[in-house]
Amino acid sequence: MTTMNAVLAAGGPELHPQAAEGVQSVAWLLIALPLAGAAILLLSGRRTDKWGHLLGTAMSLGAFVVGVLAFFQMLGQHADGRSRLVHLFPFISAGSLKVDMNLLVDPLSISFVLLITGVGSLIHIYSIGYMSHDPDRRRFFAYLNLFVAAMLLLVLADNYVGLYIGWEGVGLASYLLIGFWQHKPSAATAAKKAFIVNRVGDFGLSVAIMVMFATFGSLSYQDVFGQASQASQGTITAIGLLLLLGACGKSAQLPLQSWLLDAMEGPTPVSALIHAATMVTAGVYLIVRSHAIYELSPDARLLVTIVGVATLLAGAIIGCAKDDIKKALAGSTMSQIGYMVLAAGLGRPGYVFAIAHLIAHGFFKAGMFLGAGSVMHAMNDDVNMRKFGGLRKVMPITFATFGLGYLAIIGFPGLSGWWTKDGIIDAAFEKGGTSGQILGWLALIGAGITAYYMSRLMFMTFFGEPRWDEDVHPHESPKVMTVPLILLAIGSVAGGAFLILGDRFAKFLAPVVGEPEASHRLITPYTAIVFALMVVGVGLAYVQYLRRPVPRTAPAGNPAVTFARKDLYGDALNESLLMRPGQWLTRLTVFFDNRGVDGVVNGLAAFIGGTSGRVRRVQTGFVRSYALSMFVGAALVVGALFLVRI
Amino acid sequence: MTGHYLVLSAILFTIGGIGVLIRRNAIVVFMCVELMLNATNLAFVSFARMHGSLDGQIIAFFVMVVAAAEVVVGLAIIMTIFRSRKSSSVDDANLLKY
Amino acid sequence: MLTALIAIPAVGALLVALLPKGRDALAKQVALGVTLVVAVLSIVMAVQFDPNGKRFQFTEKYWWIKQFGVHYAVGVDGVALVLILLSTILVPLVVLASWNDADRSGGVDAPPKRSVKTYFALLLALEAMMVGVFAATDVFLFYVFFEAMLIPVYFIIGSYGGPQRSYAAVKFLLYSLFGGLLMLAAVIGLYVVSANAGHGTFLFDELRAPEILHHISPTTAKWLFLGFFIAFAIKAPLVPFHTWLPDAAGQAPAGAAVLIVGVLDKVGTFGMLRFCLELFPGASKWFTPVVLTLSVIGIVYGAVLAIGQVDIKRLIAYTSVSHFGFITLGIFAMTSSGQSGATLYMVNHGFSTGALFLLAGFMISRRGSARIDAYGGVQKVAPLLAGTFLVAGLSGLSLPGLSSFVSEFMVLVGTFSRYKVPAVIATVGIILAAIYILWMYQRTMNGPTAEAVKGMKDLSKRELIVVAPIIAIIVALGFYPKPVLDAINPSVKQTLIQVHQQDPKPTVAEKGSHQ
Repeated sequence: MTTMNAVLAAGGPELHPQAAEGVQSVAWLLIALPLAGAAILLLSGRRTDKWGHLLGTAMSLGAFVVGVLAFFQMLGQHADGRSRLVHLFPFISAGSLKVDMNLLVDPLSISFVLLITGVGSLIHIYSIGYMSHDPDRRRFFAYLNLFVAAMLLLVLADNYVGLYIGWEGVGLASYLLIGFWQHKPSAATAAKKAFIVNRVGDFGLSVAIMVMFATFGSLSYQDVFGQASQASQGTITAIGLLLLLGACGKSAQLPLQSWLLDAMEGPTPVSALIHAATMVTAGVYLIVRSHAIYELSPDARLLVTIVGVATLLAGAIIGCAKDDIKKALAGSTMSQIGYMVLAAGLGRPGYVFAIAHLIAHGFFKAGMFLGAGSVMHAMNDDVNMRKFGGLRKVMPITFATFGLGYLAIIGFPGLSGWWTKDGIIDAAFEKGGTSGQILGWLALIGAGITAYYMSRLMFMTFFGEPRWDEDVHPHESPKVMTVPLILLAIGSVAGGAFLILGDRFAKFLAPVVGEPEASHRLITPYTAIVFALMVVGVGLAYVQYLRRPVPRTAPAGNPAVTFARKDLYGDALNESLLMRPGQWLTRLTVFFDNRGVDGVVNGLAAFIGGTSGRVRRVQTGFVRSYALSMFVGAALVVGALFLVRI
Repeated sequence: MTGHYLVLSAILFTIGGIGVLIRRNAIVVFMCVELMLNATNLAFVSFARMHGSLDGQIIAFFVMVVAAAEVVVGLAIIMTIFRSRKSSSVDDANLLKY
Repeated sequence: MLTALIAIPAVGALLVALLPKGRDALAKQVALGVTLVVAVLSIVMAVQFDPNGKRFQFTEKYWWIKQFGVHYAVGVDGVALVLILLSTILVPLVVLASWNDADRSGGVDAPPKRSVKTYFALLLALEAMMVGVFAATDVFLFYVFFEAMLIPVYFIIGSYGGPQRSYAAVKFLLYSLFGGLLMLAAVIGLYVVSANAGHGTFLFDELRAPEILHHISPTTAKWLFLGFFIAFAIKAPLVPFHTWLPDAAGQAPAGAAVLIVGVLDKVGTFGMLRFCLELFPGASKWFTPVVLTLSVIGIVYGAVLAIGQVDIKRLIAYTSVSHFGFITLGIFAMTSSGQSGATLYMVNHGFSTGALFLLAGFMISRRGSARIDAYGGVQKVAPLLAGTFLVAGLSGLSLPGLSSFVSEFMVLVGTFSRYKVPAVIATVGIILAAIYILWMYQRTMNGPTAEAVKGMKDLSKRELIVVAPIIAIIVALGFYPKPVLDAINPSVKQTLIQVHQQDPKPTVAEKGSHQ
């Protein structure tokens, strides 16, 4: 009963999941199918090269089917009974530490399940075509399946340990896929960097888990959130900040953003699935899932919003300066996730928009990345936009789908991005006070920059005169690649309206994150400003990149441009603050260990050796000197005996 | 009365000891060692007499046996060294060092 | 049962040693057969073990030296059981892995002629002693096995090791002997104390009984604790007693390195848990801050050193220094999840580091160099080798889903609930672990294929058979550690009762009880 009261006091919804029935009771299939796919493909070796990609796709589609069935079952349930628990097996138990492997099927997790398996399956299908010439295609699909399984575990776990396992699992998949072409040193380095930076975030998550266990004696969402109101303010804020650190690592938020741009070394479907649509949004999921913690700590919430706003601006600025189409999109991803994090930090009204934007972003960004992949496919894997231009005529389908995604992300009225992003900006102003005004205006400015850099990307790639290399002959991609593009484009167009109109998504999520106070206003005082800023952004890009010819080599820009091109000196900062001192420290430590610690030991050995070397000189080989020493010794013994006697 | 025997034994032992220390000829050193052994034998026998027990005499027999064995081995060693080095000085045979 | 587990490899060692010269193949087959029999027997024993039954099972007790109260007494609790299983499963794999290690004519550094059968006889002898040391429930017997273990290892490193083998072997021997002598003094001290208490004994069960415990003055207990602890700290090894390990593990043949780091070192941590804590509960608590500090230093220091290594085997050895920091941290956190986690860590570390050493050994035997910069792009030519190496490495950096994660997680959570700062500093280790493993992996396996590596063969069938079971165990224990934990937990509970410690209550619950 105390738990109940605590929940009510925290203002959160009830958290007493019932046992799952029907399809939901086999929710473990969601994870097991892709996991089995990964295992089969990895263990069977070259034997499955011929049909491995089909198996991988089938497993992902199978998970999607299970997800859809579970979703429809959920729709049939009463709103209060939509959180269902699937008991799997006891995982860890020692003393008071008990962790069970259970799955939690609730509106929040099922939203993610549909996104992951849906977009994931489309990307699997796309990859059949994209990777068709790669000798290691089977391995690629194995890793993709592994990723899907880990990501599903991340969102389905009913406790922080399960989440952590999935969390690191997607990190591993990301590592393997970024470094998929590991013979390229740059890819290997990028993969390692992604993993290590993520580990910094994981440090936060691990410590958060420790604090939770020490505070609540349990790690399941139910127990932690239920008792959250009883813990001290300091503890709650600490947990909130540590979770935020974890989220920053995974979602490439400041100050752990630097890995995402390098992660573009991976094959493009990977960038679409992992580094745009799903994995990088795990941080948003973490914050929304832990909303019971954040609702108790205004300080932690404030920091979340600050991180979100800072990243959305930083990402947008980086996006403006990149000539590499994938890196420009990566900057945009950072920025869009910044919006989501900002929304998640805003509290009750923001959660819905955070997740809605996340889903909409999943569609349009995945679509654009795949579109970029299609373009690269046509351009002999070149990523430099300065060598593109005029592609809309030769690649009509790619152009059309990309264009829809573009309109969605800049917030063209009626498309997905408009519904969700305006909601976030509105929620920021709604927060009230100075901080609300500042956050709101910064988010507004971010929207303007978004329109600018996306238009720049669009114009440089698809419009203007062709600036292709001589040996490049662009062509439209095969059906297996364009069909997923079309499906994702449909999502980018309609997703936002579907979710936001009539508060559909808000009501759906209400059992998890709580009912927003008022229903969402479609037209707000800021709608016009957002639209105006968008027009300004597009217009600026039009003047710079369509009216004027685009030079094939990047002109030397002013310091501000250089600043943006160098990723706001993030890498330089990391290098000078962490890497160099780290290397020095390592060398110093090795030296200290060899000369200091081991030196003492070896010195002692040398001392003993040297002493005995000197002492052995007594052994002269002269019989008579031995005899003398014997006599002296005997005399000493006798003398000692006398002394003792007396 | 037996005290005199002990004094004699001590004198003989000292002579033997000094001989071992200062003489170089292996044979002489060897004879000095024998002298020391016999000095102790004398002491043992005297003590046996003094205490009226046979223990000392038994030990004396042991010493004689050891001495005999020693003579056999020792002289053999000295002979071989002399054959190979043409010298019976103990100071010349100092290879077994350090 | 336990006596059989000790005797079979011992007899096998004699048998192999007495085989006529030139029958090398036979020697290997006999060694493999014997170790497999032992492995099967130990698994049978594990199945029969009842976690909820008496603490020590399969006990045997006979007088050995009656005048000094020395028994031949053996028995296993959950902790000893899983460690014995670890050894008996690893040894046959090591035998199979080092099939050709002893008879390779070798490069310039290899000694001219090495006896193949002696190598396998030594391995068998080592197995007998490893089982014995975990099974002994008489402190004197434990000491005898503890010291006797050094002999086969000394000869294995000294005769079959790398270019600096004799330096490494002597260093190993001297370090261990030094610790061993301190322990001998403490063992004798224990006997004296027990004799003063009215009943001179070396039996563990009698020594931990309250009659004798209360008879030891706190000061004496501290000295005796130190005697045991330093011996175990050298064995484990804990910073600053660790410098023998990189040399020994780096110079030993890969198979022997597996046993040194995987099993032999566990004797140290096992001894801390079994003997230091239970025989000297008061002194253990008194020394806890020191040990925790050393552990935390070890975690970070070992990891930083590992990052800076240029030799693969030394790198792995230093990662172990870091991991042993976690184990001692868990033991001295004195919480059930800390100690259970530490024990599980011993097992997991044995397998994951074992796999790393074996795979590094396979790789080194192909290329003939242990330097990291001698490799590059191995993944392209030997994908199986690279893949298994990656899995073992990831287990080394405690990736969730692989076995080490469970134990590291338990240790950290268990430590944090009592000692906040050490746990947080120790958590930094997970970042460093990612750096040292992935950087090594990148330098050896990724990038363009190095010229010297081009003709490298992938894992052979034999090597695959060696590695596959270990990888399977790593994955299985990563997802379902329950069977092992079920065996460990009751023993740990006993230990905690002995040191009068309970798990700290969650702060929320504590507050609730005040209200």
